[in-house]
Amino acid sequence: MAELLQFVSSGLTVGAIYALVALGFTLIYKASDIINFAQGEFVMLGGMTTVFMTLAGVPLPLAASIAIVATTAIGVALHRFAIEPARGASAVSLIMITIGASIFLRGTAQIVFDRRFHSLPPLLGADPIHFGGAAILPQSLVVLASATVIVTLLWLFIDRTLLGKAVLATAANRLAARLIGIDTRRIVEFSFAISAAIGAIAGILITPIALTSYDVGTLLALKGFAAAMLGGIGSALGAVVGGLLIGMIEAFAAGYLSSNYKDAVAFLIILVVLIFIPQGLFGRAKIERV
Amino acid sequence: MRKIIDMRLLPVLAITAIVVVLPYFFPSAYYYRIGALVLIFALAVVGLNLLMGFAGQVSLGHAGFLGIGAYSVAIGPGYFGAPSWLCLFVGAMLSGVVAFLVGRPILRLKGHYLAVATLGFGLLVAIVLTNEAGFTGGPDGMSVPKLVLFGWSARGADAWYWIAGATFIGGFLLALNLMQSPTGRALQAIHDSEIAALVLGVDVARKKLTIFTISAMYASVAGSYLALFNGHITPDVAGFLRSIELVAMVVLGGMGSIVGSLVGAVVLVVLPQALTVFHEYEQALLGLIVMVFMIFLRRGIVPSLATKFAGWRK
Amino acid sequence: MKVLQRFTVAAAASLLAILSASQQASAQIKIGAVLSATGPASFLGDPEKKTLEIYVEEINAKGGVNGQKLQLVVYDDGGSADNARTFATRLVEEDKIVAMVGGSTTGSTLAMIPVFEDAQIPFISLAGAIQIVEPVRKWVFKTPHTDKMACEKIFADLKSRKLTTIALISGTDAFGKSMRDQCVAVAPKAGITIAIEESYGPRDSDMTPQLTNIRNKVGAQAVVNPGFGQGPAIVTRNYRQLGITLPLYQSHGVASKQFIDLAGPAAEGVRLPAAALLIANILPANDPQKSVVVNYSQKYQQKTGQAVSTFGGHAYDGLMILVEAMQRAKSADKSKVRDEIEKTKGYIGTGGIVNMSPTDHMGLDLSAFHILEIKDGNWALVPGT
Repeated sequence: MAELLQFVSSGLTVGAIYALVALGFTLIYKASDIINFAQGEFVMLGGMTTVFMTLAGVPLPLAASIAIVATTAIGVALHRFAIEPARGASAVSLIMITIGASIFLRGTAQIVFDRRFHSLPPLLGADPIHFGGAAILPQSLVVLASATVIVTLLWLFIDRTLLGKAVLATAANRLAARLIGIDTRRIVEFSFAISAAIGAIAGILITPIALTSYDVGTLLALKGFAAAMLGGIGSALGAVVGGLLIGMIEAFAAGYLSSNYKDAVAFLIILVVLIFIPQGLFGRAKIERV
Repeated sequence: MRKIIDMRLLPVLAITAIVVVLPYFFPSAYYYRIGALVLIFALAVVGLNLLMGFAGQVSLGHAGFLGIGAYSVAIGPGYFGAPSWLCLFVGAMLSGVVAFLVGRPILRLKGHYLAVATLGFGLLVAIVLTNEAGFTGGPDGMSVPKLVLFGWSARGADAWYWIAGATFIGGFLLALNLMQSPTGRALQAIHDSEIAALVLGVDVARKKLTIFTISAMYASVAGSYLALFNGHITPDVAGFLRSIELVAMVVLGGMGSIVGSLVGAVVLVVLPQALTVFHEYEQALLGLIVMVFMIFLRRGIVPSLATKFAGWRK
Repeated sequence: MKVLQRFTVAAAASLLAILSASQQASAQIKIGAVLSATGPASFLGDPEKKTLEIYVEEINAKGGVNGQKLQLVVYDDGGSADNARTFATRLVEEDKIVAMVGGSTTGSTLAMIPVFEDAQIPFISLAGAIQIVEPVRKWVFKTPHTDKMACEKIFADLKSRKLTTIALISGTDAFGKSMRDQCVAVAPKAGITIAIEESYGPRDSDMTPQLTNIRNKVGAQAVVNPGFGQGPAIVTRNYRQLGITLPLYQSHGVASKQFIDLAGPAAEGVRLPAAALLIANILPANDPQKSVVVNYSQKYQQKTGQAVSTFGGHAYDGLMILVEAMQRAKSADKSKVRDEIEKTKGYIGTGGIVNMSPTDHMGLDLSAFHILEIKDGNWALVPGT
């Protein structure tokens, strides 16, 4: 029983990390149909900027705020200088731009920062919380709680604000949205800003657990993307459920089956789920018009 | 009628001429190596372009087939004493069969869902190659015996330049033929509108599966070549970054343009070599160049430039 | 279509122009290096690159070798063996190097070996695995201790503490896997039983499930963790999180002050085999390595602002062995330099005292390793090791 609880705790820890990264994919996709492969770099930028700010003597809360603002600015810049000039290009071309951006940001980060691993102090101390023979770090709960808060805020925003409705309208039909007077360019830019901010927050919160370095983004983006797809891309709730599910599968596979093949088990299950539910757990099937 | 055939064969003839003439300007074996790498990757990219550019299906796991091909010519001769050329064919067949079996369920997925499914497949191959160290040597990789054909052993970069060049041109012709066939026309219909194609009586699932299988075999042969050429192979060959690189070659060169496949491979093989003079900045510059290409030549280098040139002529 | 043709020709021509622009003639001694300065193995390649650059500059400031300046040509393989092979060809064919230092990982080293053997260029690798120098290859040498030695050293320390049954948790990256294989191979001879084996991926962020299984395994008396990068730091943190009290051994792969910083208080009591370099300051004054390791670590820290790691030290040793061989050969002739590298005797480096021979192209023995224990956030030498 104790070991089962420990596996759950590990699954929640890792899953919450994936969920936070997956959430970043959601909003940009919703507004523009783009899978932003530079999302992992937003996560890296959040963590690394905070680390280097604190090393320079800036107090942690201020460092974290600066990191979030800086990453948001980079997100906006990515849209304005790379995505917007290529307006009208196919989805694959736009995705390729985000891949180029991710290589660029990674390449720049290794010069501006360094190529070593770094950590941050956990928010609520490093002493594990014990329950039923299992131990979980308070920081894992912080990550989990943040994912919940972000999902709630996203839902409130989309559902309850005019701007949110504009995002929905843009997602549903860009042309129609423009016809009724929505500045879709602004909406997409806004989605890049928020996604970058979510990424930066994720980066700051997970660094005390997972550590960070200039190239941490690649694998996080890969897992986050998988989580977002498993949950159904475009659904914030799906992103969180997808992330937690993958985290759980990995933990249980490592605990009960084989730690060598835990990633393989995770992707096998994703494959099987998608074969039976082709639009992901919470995704809506898109109807192709002819 | 004669004229149409000429038009079609012109790019093939031009590329053949370039492949044959270029080595006269190669000052050293290093250039042969770069040339051979370009041609080997271009072969894989032609296959992937058939899938992406013509059938409109994305694969983020194509390096998995590269890996199957590579390890076939490493494990086959090493453990079973089979000749390399035979293993190359067996590897291609194996890749075809795997693609067929995997493709059946996952090709029903659309867009990004297909992307994540193929991504998962590629990762599975890489994980197996990394973990089954008894056969594959694990992350450090394993050595690959040289290709021996009729007592002649293919060793130098120049030999591999010619082998890869001949195969690439063969693959090019095959791809052209395929595009002109009824299957090719059906594929383009699928690309334009899957539902419309379905309504017109195209067996969409079957056509997609066929092209997925063929593109896997292209990648497998390229992987075998890469392994035989390098003489040592690591699981990186099947990795996620390799898959992304292949997709980037397709998109940069131009989806749906077979000449573009070659151009995409040229850019992404030669660029990192040229950028080494910038030391620390090479990665940042590589990313920047990819972005600039995609912003200004958004349909890929070859199709975009072709349109522009055509525009200027008028 | 004509346009296309013209475009392709133009592209090919400009390609040649770009490539040849990077060539430049010079009468210096050219030394090549292919390092994993970026990518998953940058943990190794980054300090190696910095070290080579610092010391080539210093040697040149002092007048070079045999009156000739050294020129270092470094390429970054990004951790890919395929790239390493291409750069190796480039170093031989284009840069015309006379000797090669580097190859950060075993995979890239093995991929490059045929190139340098064909070109008959001395190649000093900085990678760990034993198959680089076993069987002995005429042109290939290496400076780091092998994984096998690290396992033997750990096992010897375990025996001295009367611990014979262990659990193994290793990274699935090249370093972890290679050392894991060596440990499994030498365990029976050392009288060690491996009761349970677990692994983790190179970028995993939580290893508690694996460690839970280890904790629940009856009979395990100690845990050994072959791995490098951030993995061992997380293993160490999770180890304390789960309250496991068995002795924990890390490998020489984490032999850098950074490990202590990352693992924090959880690192207390962890033991690992490491070269004298890490404990430069606490080494007794009469230790033959004292001045070498103190000088290197001070210089590296002063130039880079970062703490030394043993990996940079491997690059230092490789460069110095090469330079001394050139001085003894009184020339930069490839085959004379090779012969002199093989005759290296009593070279005192950061990794130990090197005595090479025609049958031993590494030249280190177990005395090169010390067992260290982390105490009060710093390294301490375990007495008698």
